[in-house]
Amino acid sequence: MIRVQREDFDPGQELAALTAGNHKVGGLAVFVGLVRDLAGDETVGAMTLEHYPGMTEKMLERIEAEARARWPLEASLVIHRTGRLEPGERIVMVACASAHRQAAFDACGFLIDWLKTKAPFWKLEEGPAGAKWVEARESDDEAAARWAPEEPDAAE
Amino acid sequence: MKVLYFAWLRAKTGVAVEEVTPPGEVATVGDLLAWLKGRGPGYAEALADLQVVRVAVNQEYADPDQPVGPNDEVALFPPVTGG
Repeated sequence: MIRVQREDFDPGQELAALTAGNHKVGGLAVFVGLVRDLAGDETVGAMTLEHYPGMTEKMLERIEAEARARWPLEASLVIHRTGRLEPGERIVMVACASAHRQAAFDACGFLIDWLKTKAPFWKLEEGPAGAKWVEARESDDEAAARWAPEEPDAAE
Repeated sequence: MKVLYFAWLRAKTGVAVEEVTPPGEVATVGDLLAWLKGRGPGYAEALADLQVVRVAVNQEYADPDQPVGPNDEVALFPPVTGG
């Protein structure tokens, strides 16, 4: 399941709901991304997440389907927030449930790495010198490349 | 043709979404970018470095040689930074 939403979420409740009643799940891996108060050496007061409604959901669904095709998952969840967020707030959550831990860990890593390089979200950071669009990082591309083969319509 | 701009491409062009009618010789994504560049100083600035501009046609990532037509939705945006 994928969700794009402005409001916060409760990771505990989400995880409980994800696996409720499914006793084939033996391992549940989760990644939660938070807003930091530092970007490089500059303090960040807040950030605003912009996205491309329609394409965002389409890409997230495709990335999730790819994970389900590659690993034997019992359940998966991607939640991504939009709008203005302050340090400490949750931005994103990815969770994968499988019979065993390795598939859950790997699928979770894959989902967040691919999401970061393919889903159309952009961060605008508010710092001491004003607002600044965050630049894409090469290390994110490298992280996503670990999960090659790339799909044909990849971002790069 | 509907063109959408996101993040700093929107800030630089001053446009979030617009309906455009490019001339007939604009057949591909690459042609469209070159034509949009001539629409004003904001567009020229936004499209100065195409290495940092991503394009989606009908919500799918597109290469410069991909065809575009009057009924397409074309989006221009920087490399993504979510997650």
